[in-house]
Amino acid sequence: MGPHLTIEPNDRSVGGAASAVGKGVEMTSVLLGEGAQSSEGPADPLADFEGAIAADERIEPRDWMPDDYRKTLVRQMAQHAHSEIIGMQPEANWITRAPSLRRKAILMAKVQDEAGHGLYLYSAAETLGTSREELLDKLHSGRQKYSSIFNYPTLTWADVGAIGWLVDGAAITNQVPLCRCSYGPYARAMIRVCKEESFHQRQGFELLLALSRGTEAQHAMAQDAVDRWWWPSLMMFGPPDDESAHSARSMAWKIKRHSNDELRQRFVDICVPQAEALGLTLPDPDLRWNEERGHWDFGPIDWEEFRQVLQGNGPCNEERIGRRRQAHEDGAWVRDAAAAYAAKRGTGRPAAQAVAQEQPRAQAQTQDQHDGETAVSPR
Amino acid sequence: MTRSQDTPAGGGAATRAEAALDSPLLPLADDALVLSHRLGEWAGHAPVLEEELALANIALDLLGQARVLYSQLGDEDELAFLREERSFRNCQLVEQPNGDFACTMVRQLFFSACQELLFGQLAELGDPLASKAVKEAEYHRDHAEHWTIRLGDGTEESHARTQRAVDGLWRYTGELFEPLPGPAPVGAVDWAALRAGWTERVTRVLTSATLTVPDSPQSGAWAAGAGRQGLHTEPFGRMLAEMQHLHRSHPGASW
Repeated sequence: MGPHLTIEPNDRSVGGAASAVGKGVEMTSVLLGEGAQSSEGPADPLADFEGAIAADERIEPRDWMPDDYRKTLVRQMAQHAHSEIIGMQPEANWITRAPSLRRKAILMAKVQDEAGHGLYLYSAAETLGTSREELLDKLHSGRQKYSSIFNYPTLTWADVGAIGWLVDGAAITNQVPLCRCSYGPYARAMIRVCKEESFHQRQGFELLLALSRGTEAQHAMAQDAVDRWWWPSLMMFGPPDDESAHSARSMAWKIKRHSNDELRQRFVDICVPQAEALGLTLPDPDLRWNEERGHWDFGPIDWEEFRQVLQGNGPCNEERIGRRRQAHEDGAWVRDAAAAYAAKRGTGRPAAQAVAQEQPRAQAQTQDQHDGETAVSPR
Repeated sequence: MTRSQDTPAGGGAATRAEAALDSPLLPLADDALVLSHRLGEWAGHAPVLEEELALANIALDLLGQARVLYSQLGDEDELAFLREERSFRNCQLVEQPNGDFACTMVRQLFFSACQELLFGQLAELGDPLASKAVKEAEYHRDHAEHWTIRLGDGTEESHARTQRAVDGLWRYTGELFEPLPGPAPVGAVDWAALRAGWTERVTRVLTSATLTVPDSPQSGAWAAGAGRQGLHTEPFGRMLAEMQHLHRSHPGASW
């Protein structure tokens, strides 16, 4: 992270926009992994499972696993996927107003990447026997959650930068350890997601840097955005360890590798020098270096606000889920048409899959060889 | 998309801006920018996740084309953010609001079928940039073509919506074939051949989509070449207001 970053939206070497259309299909082989062979009913499947976890081996889709392990993973992966697609909204809010063509291209590519992550994660969840339709239905009916951070509004252009720097930064801190998660398809999905997220984080930093070094009004805009996004970003790591409902078990299963508080501290330690490089301040008077701990101390987090937003009382909860539902309902006739057309052609595929069949270009070559696998929608 | 010959290389800003307004590249750049902007409005609203990716992909391709073209005429941001409505040279088709998904796909089919043929001709005339862009246009046309067929030949509702989109947008298609005067290669384009190729292709797609090709005129009283002369439809002014507001609120700032 330096002050002289130059990032071009068309640097697609990190697997950004150019490859995005192909994601739906090419992901399959990655997610299913090498040698994910089913083993014929071992004598003691639980012992085998626990042995694999203890030995840091990956659990693959066809391996036996405890029901609770499966449920925990589906819950976490679904919430992650939902966060990606709900997270498109606050940033898409600025696509039509981006102040330069270069920024417009960067932002569009970023929002597109998020759609790609959503697709990727829904597919990873499907390896556990749950369909995208089912998960979307749970999102729309409020039975599954998405990250609360997206219930905050993007009020100025600088918020786009703050989301990239802080929200994506926090997400990466959370997600990098997931690349070593015990469930293979999730771990492999996260490797790709993290690469793109770190790209987004650098772009956010660079956007804020341009504002911070710009006119007085631009600098004030950047400071205001950081003031508003800092505390919600710290809340992204979840409640303190002694109040976290699922943490202990997830850590035992090696779905999770570090505690909420550990990750939060790591994030603060990363951000403090970056804020300094940006020439912006973090809105916490208690922030100071603790020589003894070798970490930055920070002030108390307003957990009441966190609970309020979680319970649906954030500034944008209704708007976000309402817009998502609206998009889904508005698109129903399109999905119906795709399904009806596919049925007439005798392919009989569900709508989403019929759609995916028609992604030309990047997918054209890979389509045939993956056609038999459950990339986009289960048969 | 080669630099137009009459652009003064070292001329002052004013002369350069005037030259830009006369360049036949400007309408092509404006078409790409405006349609890209409209497609960007879909972000977060697409009917399926795969279309979020596809629409953004097309929007990014078009934005990339616009930027390459603008950079040959002057400063890309000045051209995009500091011109008034009457100075934009895009055709009226691309500025039409998104409407429903059928409307967006039919608009894309009409535009990309034309762009593919136009860039094809430019590539043959030796324009190196067009030979890259023609591949993009081909993909956009292909994508829109598949959707038009699927929607036209899908359900009763999708058929009705798609026919409505075809009928509603038809009168903006004539403008696509208005010759753009100026130096080669754009000045050397065979517009009659372009029109014939477009009509053949679009007729084939609409027919296989079980849709009716309108027999109404392809331009209204104002529409024939109006966009190319800076006469636009009402929604365009609001689109520009939104697009330009932030940039104009901070004169001289860099982003």
